Amino acid sequence: MSVNGTAQDHDVEARTLLVQYLRESCGLTGTKIGCDTSSCGACTVLLDGESVKSCTMLAAQADGAAVTTIEGLAQGEQWHPVQTAFHENHGLQCGYCTAGMVLAAVSLLDEIPNPTERDVRLGLEGNLCRCTGYHNIVKSVLAAAETMRAAK
Amino acid sequence: MIPATFDYVRAGTAAEAISLIGEHGEDAKFLAGGMSLLPLMKLRLATPSVLVDVGRLRDLSYVRDEGNHLAIGALTRHRDLETSDLLARECGVLRAVAAQVGDNQVRHRGTIGGSVAHGDPASDLPAALLALDATFVVQGPGGARSVAANDFFEGFLETALAPDELLTEIQVRKSGASGFAYEKFNRRAQDWAIVGAVAARVNGGTHVALVNMGPTPLRARAVETALTQGASAADAAREAAVGTEPPADLNASPEYRAHLAQVLVRRALEAI
Repeated sequence: MSVNGTAQDHDVEARTLLVQYLRESCGLTGTKIGCDTSSCGACTVLLDGESVKSCTMLAAQADGAAVTTIEGLAQGEQWHPVQTAFHENHGLQCGYCTAGMVLAAVSLLDEIPNPTERDVRLGLEGNLCRCTGYHNIVKSVLAAAETMRAAK
Repeated sequence: MIPATFDYVRAGTAAEAISLIGEHGEDAKFLAGGMSLLPLMKLRLATPSVLVDVGRLRDLSYVRDEGNHLAIGALTRHRDLETSDLLARECGVLRAVAAQVGDNQVRHRGTIGGSVAHGDPASDLPAALLALDATFVVQGPGGARSVAANDFFEGFLETALAPDELLTEIQVRKSGASGFAYEKFNRRAQDWAIVGAVAARVNGGTHVALVNMGPTPLRARAVETALTQGASAADAAREAAVGTEPPADLNASPEYRAHLAQVLVRRALEAI
């Protein structure tokens, strides 16, 4: 599979989960394991551009696909607008949910470029922030949407 | 949590998938999106020896207009249902219910066929398909057969599918862009329904189905009968728990579920 634009080729056990593959075989530990039961969304990555929970997917299922993790979102030194918006709007507290939140938000904004606050709240229902920092997360996503629309 | 060991094989065609599952015996399972099966395997509540991955059978991902009905490929993802203009126009209830399954990430992976084959009474789509009198096309080593939704869900996580049969298509009659409601009650975002009620006008009648009110998705027949006899929405909804066997769990007692069914059916009927 391609991970952040780089071809990755490893022989792994069939039961290897995508999140384990990313963290242990590829050494990309930006993707977090939170609840490990597909509830919390901390392990969210993009699979061919769409958000998925990498704890509930076999690495084998992603064979041949393009995976993007938080490490692959920035273009060189240039952050993705969603990353910038989280930074500017204090869209994180402890940071554990952030990688998943950012990637879920990128996928959401690809599907709904002009979301309402309700769209954002519903669209991120698969991502939990145990610091309960939702207010600034939603604010960040709305700010990112505006930046991305202006850039088009 | 890591699943117990298993062998993984990927099928290129439906016929190959059926032959592979036959070859590997009763401990083999089909894997579609994996949104139901993988969590069970991680908890080791399911320990198949072989997974036959049918997730790449892209020719089983479609929503087609077949004249008097719609044909939906079993590998069609919830996301594809949620964004299908054809479905929105001709069977709005299914589009709306698909949009309430899990969360975005789950809908990007989960499939309608996987949800139906899993047969979970707490899932959204099986109840909607029961309300719509859907037909399920299944393929086995001996060929294809059709099973009515009413005969398909046999018990808790048990369906009419034989171990070597693959669900390939779901057929629903056209019920239009409106005239339906789905009331899903839960306490946490993205969770399964504690109870859900689907009401839809189908073929001149009103069909009502319930989520999580027994070991299978259920039709609220007593409500439907009351409606045909001219009862008001509020009066018909009082019959919502008749014939159900609501489970008890951390979220709700059977009595509370019976109460919820009545309230949710009333709201659904009042909304259509």
